[in-house]
Amino acid sequence: MSRSSPHDFDVLVLGGGPAGMVSAITASQHGLSVGLIDEQAEAGGQIWRAPWAASSGKDASPEVRDGHKMRETLARSNVSCLFGRRIWSVTDQYRVEVLGADGVETYQAPHLIVALGAHERVIPFPGWTLPGVMGLAAATIMLKAHGLAPPKDWVLAGVGPLLAAVAAGYARKGHPPKAIIDLSGPSDWLATLPSLASRPGLFKQGVGWVVSILSSRIPIYFRHAIRRAEGQDRIAACVIGPVDQDGHRVAGPELSLDCDALMIGNGLVPGGEVPRLLGANQVYQHELGGWIPDCDRYGRTSLKHLYAIGDGAGIRGGAVACSAGQLAGLAVAHDAGFIDAASFARQSVQPLTENQKLAAFSAAMAHMIRLRPAQVASISPEAVICRCEDVTRQDLVCAAKAGARDVNQLKHFTRCGMGPCQGRMCGDIAAEILAQEHQVSRQAVGYWTARPPLRPISLQSMLGRFEYSDIPIPKPAPL
Amino acid sequence: MVSAFTRILANHHELVHFNVDGVDCVAPAGEPLATSLLAAGYLMLRQSPNQHTPRGAFCLMGVCQECAIHVDGQIAQACMTPVRAGMDVQLRGVV
Repeated sequence: MSRSSPHDFDVLVLGGGPAGMVSAITASQHGLSVGLIDEQAEAGGQIWRAPWAASSGKDASPEVRDGHKMRETLARSNVSCLFGRRIWSVTDQYRVEVLGADGVETYQAPHLIVALGAHERVIPFPGWTLPGVMGLAAATIMLKAHGLAPPKDWVLAGVGPLLAAVAAGYARKGHPPKAIIDLSGPSDWLATLPSLASRPGLFKQGVGWVVSILSSRIPIYFRHAIRRAEGQDRIAACVIGPVDQDGHRVAGPELSLDCDALMIGNGLVPGGEVPRLLGANQVYQHELGGWIPDCDRYGRTSLKHLYAIGDGAGIRGGAVACSAGQLAGLAVAHDAGFIDAASFARQSVQPLTENQKLAAFSAAMAHMIRLRPAQVASISPEAVICRCEDVTRQDLVCAAKAGARDVNQLKHFTRCGMGPCQGRMCGDIAAEILAQEHQVSRQAVGYWTARPPLRPISLQSMLGRFEYSDIPIPKPAPL
Repeated sequence: MVSAFTRILANHHELVHFNVDGVDCVAPAGEPLATSLLAAGYLMLRQSPNQHTPRGAFCLMGVCQECAIHVDGQIAQACMTPVRAGMDVQLRGVV
């Protein structure tokens, strides 16, 4: 059997994005033995994702450069980097089961920091399952890490700062989108300006994006959204239409745009399944992306020695994730007895102040990419909500009428969320549809029950390789 | 004429051959398979199991499972799988 014995660390950190990396480095600097686990081959998460092939430093984006810098700091630290490992189970006393190249491994630590980030929210429309329709976050991964440009006729749609970042990034590489479909209007963008005052670096970056977009003469359709995508085996066109500031469809001409690809994103949903699986208290915070673990400002959850930070604990962005990482690293060092209360208080001042400074900007961005209930109300009945199981909005509405009151009942009625993505792509939208059908709060419809395996893994890889003779045969019972 | 996904990252990795449903393809070693497939014009990777609608890579971060295909006889997410020489890729619905 390839199952190894538990490895012991003082703290395990799940997720190697900004929050996870910084918390691991901080805890390690205070003398704790730290294991940092991530599915990717290198640390960085999504925002600091490492290009798969070495890119020249010259044209690297600020995010890629920040990522390289932090990866260097990590390499110089005493943190044990356990990368290329898929986390599939987390149990009490913080026993973490992973699947790596050498099969299943178990790691254990009395303290656990969960920094597993967020995933993308895409408001469904008919045709969003067609090949060539991809997420906005996927577009940033293609741009920054995979090194791929969409076909010449491609359309960019959705909401938030990623729209501008992706449009400008591809325009600079000579692959601008043929149109930008922005749910926001110019007034929404202007409203974020005051919050940028405290972030001169970001302001400069934002101005650079605007210059790139304007000089590429990309048509921008403000206050528009995708109504449907059309095509046979891949997208051939998308139809756009006007919306109001809440994303509700309004009267006005529809426009069909021929395209070979559509990149679309409507914000981020915190991926809080590990704290949920362990039973940490959850709160619904609409402006922070949805259900998140209830945490203090150091990332301590309701469970002893369980910490949750980064976008998985509420959408606040990469900069806040860094100071949250510092705070959680310090809190673990304090709670595990490596630093005293005075030292903890003294060292927390700087990251707490930093967080306060960042709060206005991160709140403005989170507000921009918040879920608009009216946009969900506008989803057509025939649109697929659960991609894995082909469950449509109409199916969900029927289940609600038939008596499904919470999301787990909805799942049992329709199989929505039962496919291999385990409800990550549809969960937020399905819950919103159910809440709207019953005219109740999101709290009232709840969230999916989290269960292992947290990600699909094959039974074969879970069991490992073994011979017939390895199977223990119990002694026969005495006659 | 349908335009294609194109590579924009300069890299000096060795080009390797792999096959997709028996067709020979070339990509730099180590490139994420989802990228290699898009660059080779394979947008449709599978059909959904219930309605049999065409599907392709969607999230590129290992979440959506839309790019789960057969690689060397095992189910693998193309976006999480680096290309290796001699890889045998089969596009048939697996999830």
